[in-house]
Amino acid sequence: MGAGHAHALYIHGHSRVHLLAPEVKVAAAFSMVVAVAITPREAFWAFAVYGALVAAVAVMASVPPGFLAVRLTAILPFIAFAFLIPFVASGDRVEVLGLSVSGEGLWSAWNILVKAVLGATTSILLVATTEVPEILRGMGKLKVPSVFVSIAGFMVRYLELIAEELGRMRNAMRARGYEPRWLWQAGPYASAAGTLFVRSYERSERVHAAMLSRGYDGAMPDLSSKPARGTDWAVAAAMPVLALAAALVAIAGWL
Amino acid sequence: MHAPDGFLNAGTAVATGAISLGTVGMALRQVKQTVKENQVPLAGIAAAFIFAAQMLNFPVAAGTTGHLLGGALAAILLGPSMGAVVVTVVVVIQSLVFADGGMTALGYNVLNMAIIPAFGGYALFLASKKLLPATSGGVVAAAGLAAWGSVLLSAMAFSIEWLFGATAPVSFAEVFGAMVGTHLLIGMGEGVISALALGTVLASRPDLVVGVKGLPRTEPSVGRRIPVRTFIIGGALTALLLAGVVSQFAADDPDGLEAVANETGIIESAGDHPLDSGVFADYATAGIRNESLSLAIAGVAGTLIVLAVGTGVFAAVRQRRDSTTTV
Repeated sequence: MGAGHAHALYIHGHSRVHLLAPEVKVAAAFSMVVAVAITPREAFWAFAVYGALVAAVAVMASVPPGFLAVRLTAILPFIAFAFLIPFVASGDRVEVLGLSVSGEGLWSAWNILVKAVLGATTSILLVATTEVPEILRGMGKLKVPSVFVSIAGFMVRYLELIAEELGRMRNAMRARGYEPRWLWQAGPYASAAGTLFVRSYERSERVHAAMLSRGYDGAMPDLSSKPARGTDWAVAAAMPVLALAAALVAIAGWL
Repeated sequence: MHAPDGFLNAGTAVATGAISLGTVGMALRQVKQTVKENQVPLAGIAAAFIFAAQMLNFPVAAGTTGHLLGGALAAILLGPSMGAVVVTVVVVIQSLVFADGGMTALGYNVLNMAIIPAFGGYALFLASKKLLPATSGGVVAAAGLAAWGSVLLSAMAFSIEWLFGATAPVSFAEVFGAMVGTHLLIGMGEGVISALALGTVLASRPDLVVGVKGLPRTEPSVGRRIPVRTFIIGGALTALLLAGVVSQFAADDPDGLEAVANETGIIESAGDHPLDSGVFADYATAGIRNESLSLAIAGVAGTLIVLAVGTGVFAAVRQRRDSTTTV
């Protein structure tokens, strides 16, 4: 997992979106999502504007729609929940395709669905155009406490390693015929988790010792600290500023 | 439970965001003060461990699977403050990098999945440890109960947030019944896996476990000697019983007042205030059948959560004071 390691979530590219400073992109994505979240659900045109903005960014960054669709499956459980609401919600009933559903519930389902999809798409685009260590550096520049950013950095760095270690343990158990079907047979999995914790802890001690021997003094050196240029802020602001304007107009119009 | 953007209304997102920021900030300060040497690598790799453990699908029944949430386990293994910080990192990165949970939903997601399970779970662990025998078996069972309870606390917390920030006309009673009912069962997996995982750690490196001090080293078979099957079946029966009781309250028939209101048309005129669907919606009481009972349930659940989390925070602070005075 050295430098230049391409994460599965990242799409390599040199577009204007890719080249923006990370803190600018993190701030822009967050503001965009805030705009989406505060928009009243009746303002269809505002959601169309957000959709167009997100699509424009995706095209600029040449992120293929198929990639977005596959990554969006992460929110499927909530989409399923959204589809359930009209059936369990109270309120006036309306007929849709021969089914009696709650009209108010339909509005809620639409509200949850559209906001979840737009929010998730925004963060998928952020990660597709920004490598994870860059995102963390951006969080640091945005005054997220450095301890927090460092911990997140270690987590990201060791996540695949630890997950693969767990995968190897599971394969070893399967190879020996362990195929549990009931919770009371899950003991070996729990032992594996416990063992994984001990191994992770001991690994962190080795890593810490190795870092100390290389002159670690409690803070990670920042090797590339070029501050974001004004033009970066201006370019990246386009999306959230338009979105926030739309959100404000929508809120004003609906009040 | 990784809620997406806009799942609860803006006011609830901001309020829970403020609570989460404050608590995680306090926990971060504690972590910096408690640990003598820099434990950033430990916290980071422990976060990777929790993340990986959440990916481990264990069997529940007849081929269906569940997965660990890990808040209580992290708190017992690493201490409540460190545990809360570690799981917060997991939740934040899951949202920002893996699009799992909305960025504007981080306030309630961090509160429900990191802060409440870590501090609340730790308090439950301390309480059940006092009640159970001071042996490795007792400690392991206490961890199981705490992990189970921590999932219930989260489910209750989510229901209470729904009471304030509902975005759909589903009443608090229905959400509370569904959340607590299902999590009584889901929590059992959490409890069993957390307990046995702790048992394994205690068997090989008891010195690593912050929540357990001064316990003699145990033989590796500690997990096997616990009647897991009896525990699960007993627990499932208790859960079903409790869920039945809760649903009795939740799924009451419309009461007399509502029937009258329906006939006289009060309900129609009482609805549809322009602000109802906005920032201060209170859907959760909209379709409610028995408001006073719902509010009573919410009050009791809220008190339980505050009590548990408060005890956990207090335990964390006291631990820090102990470590600074003895060192």
